[in-house]
Amino acid sequence: MIWDNLIIALQAIRTNKMRSLLTMLGIIIGVAAVIAVVSIVQGLNHVIATQFEGVGVTYIMVFPRQDLQDPDLAGREVTLTYDDGIAIMERATGLKYFNPIFYRGEVTRSGSRRHPTGLLGVGPFHQEVSNHWVDRGRFFSDLDMQRAARVCMVGQEVIDELDLPEPILGTDLIVGSSSFTIVGIMEYQGEMLGQNQDDFVLIPITTARDIYGVEAFKQLRLDFQAESPETVDMAKDQIRDVLRARHRLPEGMRNDFQVLLQEELLETTGTILGTITSVVGGIVSIALLVGGIGIMNIMLVSVTERTREIGVRKAVGARKSDILVQFLIEAVTISLVGGLIGVIAGWGLGIIGAKAIPGFPPAHVPLWAIALAFGFAALVGVFFGTYPAAKASALDPIEALRHE
Amino acid sequence: MLISIKDLRKIYHMGEVVVRALDGVNLEVSAGEDLAIMGPSGSGKSTLMNLIGCLDTPTSGEYILNQRRVSDLDDAELATIRNQEIGFVFQTFNLLSRATALSNDELPLIYARISVRERHRRAREALEKVGLGDRAKHQPNELSGGQRQRVAVARALVNEPSILLADEPTGNLDSRTSAEIMELFDELNAAGNTLIVVTHEEDIAAHARRVVRLLDGKVVIDQRVEGAEPSA
Repeated sequence: MIWDNLIIALQAIRTNKMRSLLTMLGIIIGVAAVIAVVSIVQGLNHVIATQFEGVGVTYIMVFPRQDLQDPDLAGREVTLTYDDGIAIMERATGLKYFNPIFYRGEVTRSGSRRHPTGLLGVGPFHQEVSNHWVDRGRFFSDLDMQRAARVCMVGQEVIDELDLPEPILGTDLIVGSSSFTIVGIMEYQGEMLGQNQDDFVLIPITTARDIYGVEAFKQLRLDFQAESPETVDMAKDQIRDVLRARHRLPEGMRNDFQVLLQEELLETTGTILGTITSVVGGIVSIALLVGGIGIMNIMLVSVTERTREIGVRKAVGARKSDILVQFLIEAVTISLVGGLIGVIAGWGLGIIGAKAIPGFPPAHVPLWAIALAFGFAALVGVFFGTYPAAKASALDPIEALRHE
Repeated sequence: MLISIKDLRKIYHMGEVVVRALDGVNLEVSAGEDLAIMGPSGSGKSTLMNLIGCLDTPTSGEYILNQRRVSDLDDAELATIRNQEIGFVFQTFNLLSRATALSNDELPLIYARISVRERHRRAREALEKVGLGDRAKHQPNELSGGQRQRVAVARALVNEPSILLADEPTGNLDSRTSAEIMELFDELNAAGNTLIVVTHEEDIAAHARRVVRLLDGKVVIDQRVEGAEPSA
């Protein structure tokens, strides 16, 4: 019975190809938009998750919070220093590594080539904390750290941009107004969110303080690795307590720093992507609504056109429910075929879109998105097909047979 | 008795005007009869046919078909009766234009919930019975008027109904094709099918062995034609 109705529905669609296609357009656009956006967002999400997972669940990041809108912080000097980090390591339990990070945008030069990049002053445990290791050469030694040696490590992008000739190790590199000897090359990381992850020069934190002075050193980022996933939350509380005491923040005043865990980083990006998805979802539901109204309209036309057919069917024994099911299946078939075309079109758009935006991760269509798209298409078909189908089934057979 | 109709009335209210389409009709038909219902337009013969065919329900009165009181059945039950007991043949054939002759003839079997294979077999059999075994895959627009009406007759027969109910079956056919169709009806009646033909043409009615004439919603003549044998 269902099979018979499906064949009838497909025949009706085939007979009016152009009309059916135009009817489906709303559904096609709606579903294609969902799939395209979901595929891009999911691709993004996937990459971000793997990137952050790279630093591990024990990763903790502390950075100064400067908020001019906050009356507590206005007029206060917000600092986060190397000594803060040392104090945290002394007093907090459950922390394994500490890595202070000083950042400054600088221009590197080699011969006639120039390249703007990020200069990072890092501590001896930079590799362990950021889970990012030396590829060739060596990391900074304790001696480098103690003596504030003029040595540096570079990312692959800097080598490419400056077209540094081999042997790279041992070559002098000018960053800003200082010269450093390259002692190592960091492992390749690729891109994330269109940002090159290999465009940096690392120098010892002590060297950075030597060059840029104590004043520039008042706002650092402090990275930590906790001993185990179980100690992360405790460590976070302890970091907060130590910093509040050192910064002499009175009770009730908000923190002038922010502590972020890997989990929270994922949550934050997840929230942003979730917002994007729901905004698109809102737009799409309008498209599906319009598509559904289109289906209802065309089904009403179809019922009128086929009044006589309905009369004949009733005369030979079709019940109201048989006619209802027939037209309902036809409406759902239209919306499902529209949904199918939409999924294919959206997938294609997602792949093209992800390729067109430089540095974007490849599109990724999860199965649930396809199921959701089809589910919604079917729902639209049922919802907007019910009224025309009910109208068809309620037709009086005598009147229907007389219809011209 | 196959059909037993007692004091059947159908009354329409059109604003202030009360139309008595059927005004107390009594009629009994036994199995295997060959009956013609005649009357001028507005006499109530279409209304009577719709009621006999279970397409409509009466205002009052009693209609018993095959020992079942159908005058007070609901829509779904009436649909089942139409499917099992009645075979309709219409003036305008009423075939589905996009379906083949075979698919058209399968239609009643679909609503009888009969399996696909059995459907094909029985529809083909019915087509062969009306002499169109070789036209099964043709669509109505590829068939002549007479052939179309034969497909419609095959559809009416396919579920082995108690009554074959024809409403002006030759109204859209030329005289030669009409004669062919009436010959087919005579054959079917001779094979035991109960036949009720609604018509206003005397020569069509002449095929029948019993003629019921209606006027103003009442039976005015119920006449058995003695020895009226089918004549082409």
